Amino acid sequence: MTNAPHSELSEAPPRASLLGTTALLFEPPGEMDIHTQRRIWWLARQVETWPDIKETVPGMSNLMLVFATPPRDPDSLIANLIETWNHAEELHLEGRIVELPVIYGGEQGPHLADVVAHTGLTVEEIVRIHSEPLYTVFALGSHPGYCYLGGMDPRIATPRRKVPVRNLPGGAVSIGGAQTGVSASPGPSGWNTIGHTDMVFFDPLRTPPALLAPGDMIRFRAERIIK
Amino acid sequence: MIEILSRTLLSSVQDLGREGYLHLGVGTSGAMDHVALAAGNILLGNPENSASIEIQIFPFEVRFLDDIAFALTGADANAELDGRPIPAWWTLQARKGQVLKLNLTRRGARSYLALAGGIDVPLVLDSRSTQLRGQFGGLDGRHLQRGDVLRTIPREDSGNTPTPLPAAGFGVEPPEFALPLGDTEAVAQGIRTFVRVLPATEYDCYEDASLAAFWNKDWAITPHSDRYGYRLEGEALATKRTLEQRSHGIVPGVIQVPPSGQPIIQLRDAQPSGGYPKIGTVIEADIWRLAQAKLCTQLRFVQTTYAEAVSALDETRKYLDKLRRLATLYKLSKR
Repeated sequence: MTNAPHSELSEAPPRASLLGTTALLFEPPGEMDIHTQRRIWWLARQVETWPDIKETVPGMSNLMLVFATPPRDPDSLIANLIETWNHAEELHLEGRIVELPVIYGGEQGPHLADVVAHTGLTVEEIVRIHSEPLYTVFALGSHPGYCYLGGMDPRIATPRRKVPVRNLPGGAVSIGGAQTGVSASPGPSGWNTIGHTDMVFFDPLRTPPALLAPGDMIRFRAERIIK
Repeated sequence: MIEILSRTLLSSVQDLGREGYLHLGVGTSGAMDHVALAAGNILLGNPENSASIEIQIFPFEVRFLDDIAFALTGADANAELDGRPIPAWWTLQARKGQVLKLNLTRRGARSYLALAGGIDVPLVLDSRSTQLRGQFGGLDGRHLQRGDVLRTIPREDSGNTPTPLPAAGFGVEPPEFALPLGDTEAVAQGIRTFVRVLPATEYDCYEDASLAAFWNKDWAITPHSDRYGYRLEGEALATKRTLEQRSHGIVPGVIQVPPSGQPIIQLRDAQPSGGYPKIGTVIEADIWRLAQAKLCTQLRFVQTTYAEAVSALDETRKYLDKLRRLATLYKLSKR
């Protein structure tokens, strides 16, 4: 989340930037909330039918377009994108609710203390604030089956780690900036891990391969707190 | 069939990658050096995207359990077939029982062993590449081990008529000579690699001194560099103000700068999304050069334009087309 005040965000024009000749990142202004995200989902469905677009990849209130072939004139693509965004509607995806039991703290929540230090809240307060909301799956990314969730209380926001951790186990519940999520398999991460859950989020032989899709909802249930 | 004889750390089955699943969090994987992988397949008359073995740690040894034509591309690893030296970027017919050994690399960091027909592992989400993070694709979603036996796809199924190879085999000019870039002396000695970079989203947020360092200074490829990404070390890059991004899609080649100021180039096994500021992107056409840069050598970023980056892709395509014509000629001359 940017530190810019709300008014500045709302007035900023949409930003579109090339990632080499492979992709284009589109970042419209606005809050990182469900309303912006529903427009992102709508935009993704429109743009994926455009010629020379291989895939659309929704992020947190942004969209990456991957090129099938690099456009000769990226400026006209960007102009079309902004034009389409300006007419974007909210796409309502009706998902299901999945409950995840979480063990907070201990060996599998090694950075809970860092969240305490950053926020000034107690462990109990952080767990209560983290397990209270119904989170919406905004997008998948990071690694197979991983969900970016919307709806975290900004009081427990904690900056990403200065140096990423090289190997975290699957099922790690973590906070990165103003976002929270659960890792689906072992790997590196720059987020603060505060707990652990057991759940299979991805199976490439299943249809669909990912357990959760944008629009689905997650609730964390505090099963235990280890201090 | 072939059998892996060496305790082969970090070798894996790869094709050109798994495309179209970034929205499920599935990164592309695939050969670090697409040019070498495609070239090996072209030499054998395989489809360009056939699965091969990517070798990152040497020595590496396999035994042929049938008569199989193979091609070696990528890093020049002083290969030997039953003790007989084989030049780099070469294709040859192996006989049943022969042993192929790749020794320490003279030049480059990754070698590719392609087999006629391509390696027969299941297609998972449209690709045979090993997805290490997701633990699927390739051979059981993991690195290869001593004792693994890999089959090849019979030629009839791959849609190609088998053409006999000349007895001594044949080779082609490696891309580092055909497509030179930067100080060729330093490249030839393997001390410095040049790659072209397009400024990315947060480029303008960096201090002028940091941008100057980015373009003009050496960046050491640290030992913590791998298929996920190259972690570089140099003058710490500073932004004019603190940046924290919302998570968004990224692609191989993107140069992220975590708060330490030391850049990380995202590569084939990287996450398909991130949140660190992006100072630039190594252009797709030059990722193979990165793939062949050894640990603890130096990297230089060369500023380029979008139009140049697109024509660089065309140059690579032309190089591969030329290899295909040469491969056809060699095989015709045999008869």
